[in-house]
Amino acid sequence: MHEASPPPGPQKEPLLQAIDITKRYGTFAANDSVSIDLFPAEIHALLGENGAGKSTLVKVMYGLVQPTLGELRWQGQKVVLAGPSQARELGIGMVFQHFSLFDNLTVAENVALGLDGKETFAAMSARLAQVSQDYGLPLDPKREVWRLSVGERQRIEIVRALMQNPKLLILDEPTAVLTPNEADQLFIVLNRLKSEGRALLYISHKLDEVKRLCDTATILRGGKKVATCNPKEETAASLARMMVGADIGEVKAGSARATTVPRLVVNSLSLAPDDPHGTHLQSVSIEVKGGEILGIAGVAGNGQDEFFAALSGERLSHAEGSVIIDGKSAGQLSITERRRLGAAFVPEERLGHGTAPRMKLSENALLTGHAASHMVNRGFVDKPATLATVDRTTKTFDVRKAKRDPEAASLSGGNLQKFIVGREILREPGVLVVSQPTWGVDAGAAAVIRQALLDLSGRGTAVLVISQDLDELAEIADRIAVMFHGHLSEPIEAALATREKLGLLMGGSSAGQSAGQKEASHAAGA
Amino acid sequence: MGLLEAIILSVIAASTPLLLAAAGELVVERSGVLNLGVEGMMIMGAACGFAGAWFTGSTFLGALCGIAAGAALSCVFALLTLGLAVNQVAAGLALTILGVGLSGLIGAGFVGEKISPAPNLYIPLLTSIPFIGRILFGQDLFVYFSVALVAAIWWFLYRTRAGLVLRAVGDSHTSAHALGYPVLKIRMFAVLFGGGCAGLGGAFLPLAYTPFFIPGMTAGRGWIALALVVFSSWLPGRLAAGAYLFGAVTILQLHAQAFGLGIPSQLMSSLPYLATVVVLVLISRARGTAGSAAPASLGMVFVPDR
Repeated sequence: MHEASPPPGPQKEPLLQAIDITKRYGTFAANDSVSIDLFPAEIHALLGENGAGKSTLVKVMYGLVQPTLGELRWQGQKVVLAGPSQARELGIGMVFQHFSLFDNLTVAENVALGLDGKETFAAMSARLAQVSQDYGLPLDPKREVWRLSVGERQRIEIVRALMQNPKLLILDEPTAVLTPNEADQLFIVLNRLKSEGRALLYISHKLDEVKRLCDTATILRGGKKVATCNPKEETAASLARMMVGADIGEVKAGSARATTVPRLVVNSLSLAPDDPHGTHLQSVSIEVKGGEILGIAGVAGNGQDEFFAALSGERLSHAEGSVIIDGKSAGQLSITERRRLGAAFVPEERLGHGTAPRMKLSENALLTGHAASHMVNRGFVDKPATLATVDRTTKTFDVRKAKRDPEAASLSGGNLQKFIVGREILREPGVLVVSQPTWGVDAGAAAVIRQALLDLSGRGTAVLVISQDLDELAEIADRIAVMFHGHLSEPIEAALATREKLGLLMGGSSAGQSAGQKEASHAAGA
Repeated sequence: MGLLEAIILSVIAASTPLLLAAAGELVVERSGVLNLGVEGMMIMGAACGFAGAWFTGSTFLGALCGIAAGAALSCVFALLTLGLAVNQVAAGLALTILGVGLSGLIGAGFVGEKISPAPNLYIPLLTSIPFIGRILFGQDLFVYFSVALVAAIWWFLYRTRAGLVLRAVGDSHTSAHALGYPVLKIRMFAVLFGGGCAGLGGAFLPLAYTPFFIPGMTAGRGWIALALVVFSSWLPGRLAAGAYLFGAVTILQLHAQAFGLGIPSQLMSSLPYLATVVVLVLISRARGTAGSAAPASLGMVFVPDR
């Protein structure tokens, strides 16, 4: 019923048509005969899971990647895009997911690099000020990018694209890094661009946004187009079904989990960052009880990495008592000693931090399990035991791989993440600290991981989840605290933590204040 | 001629090869490439520069030969690191070993030969001004060229669009590629430029500093030039200051030896190298507070996905 339904709106000529685009890397087809029509004054969503081929398709449209087969038509004429500068000349602008910015250059220099250099730097700077004011995207042209927040960085990308006065603007997951409030402001700008008659291609996997914002949606799965539809007429569940190709099991908490004594306690933990662009942790305090999942929300780069490092023991804190694991002071214990106390850690970065990419899974199992999981016998590696761990993890968490014991790097993101989380859960830790458990993981694997975390806490473990994904935290966390500029807010009961409330905290509007103080200060200000 | 004037003149002469080679390497590193082969390119420039001057009798043609030799050797480096995406550190070290060996072979026949050194500038009246006359108006052309080169590099990096693109490529090659800039081509030109500068810096030694060639006559100046680039935080102005500072340390230890301070001469001779180590340590300590000044993509291999 979703196949090839005609685009809504009057019969306009499409601005850009991609016809039967196929892109092969070796034998792997990142795009398999994908067609898409983009119309002026329309926001078109490109939906799909990670690896569905969204990024490849837009790279083809922006001239960054040459298609193996198929063609592009711009206003009815066949075009071959040799590179991004040619795409820009036609009137195609792009806002990248991983910003294409230069940290050590100024805002104005960054913008200049995205233009074709036909005007003087001074004239360009003046126009930059004009455009950023017109669209309500304030920017200081003289500041260096590394000093700016993620939201401000995205503004540079958008302004840079707008300065070319594009007819088509492509946005690759623009809200992935924004607070809910910043996202709302972005939507205002996007609607305005649409009303100016521009075409927008909006890449996302956030279904609520797409339903709110977009007029048409094209859904990709495994490199193929599965449907073009009107997202406003679909439900989030029907869109998700098209994206994933199957129903996603809902995550359920075990009945009435008893929260008991605090198993992980952080007492006024302050820590200076070890790299100049890092965040200073400011007297962070939190308690996680056994049987509870505590979520840490916040925009990336507000101290979560430093917090994780301090909890795991990658960085030692100044006071022994600033981290307490099951009643024992662990602030100055090494990672291994903390593991012996029953703690387990899952870092954000799967390859290179969570696993050694070129080592086998059994060796990676040994790397975190050597201290407390009976895989070492008098200084010798018990190879059968490490393999048994791999087999157990594989079976329990449905890790799909080509052979019994492959290299970590050969697994897909979702399967590797299931392995890493599973490896720690099977040790039955008393305390589990996990950062971005489902970042960049397909929906099926994400559901398995979230369910595993819930089950673990149901068995009495204290689980601390650091995540940027508010939906994820709403799904599994009992209480949610927000990290902003190295401060951690008071935790809020998940039932009371609305997006608005969390969004305000993530923007720093009341960091470090309790709700009561906040009201008081509002009253005083009024 | 007073002692101070003599010291300043010899400091300038000792600093010029460092400045030439380091200025080239600064551009290379600004584009995100770490070429540790400066020493090899310098010594090749010295050998070929001397050979060129010996055959043609012209210092100018000799200097051109030096530039060509440095650039040719850097071509090998560019082929390895940009074309074949080889590790830059390994390729740079190999380049130095290659350059030192090859220059010994080329220069073997010239050991003991003499040429007439590069003439010094002479402007009537001006050059005769006491004290500053010889310092400002009586140098050889290499010295003037090296100063002009640093000024030109500053202007290029901060006042031209091409310079902005070069800095951008060094800061993030993935971003530059995404915006459609030809990262490898830009780096290729930078590496060749750096090779030419190192070759010229090397050629200065037998053409102007001492009018004969001996194997290994660069004596570690390439390494000091590399340290200077870090010392300068990749800024041309500081690079010039640093080059003259190191030149001064080199010369002052000679004078200190002449005074007979009772410090072993070997210790005094190692002073410039010790200063290099100290400066590098100080800079890496200071970086913690001052933010990172190094081009963010420095030394990273880039393979465009197409």
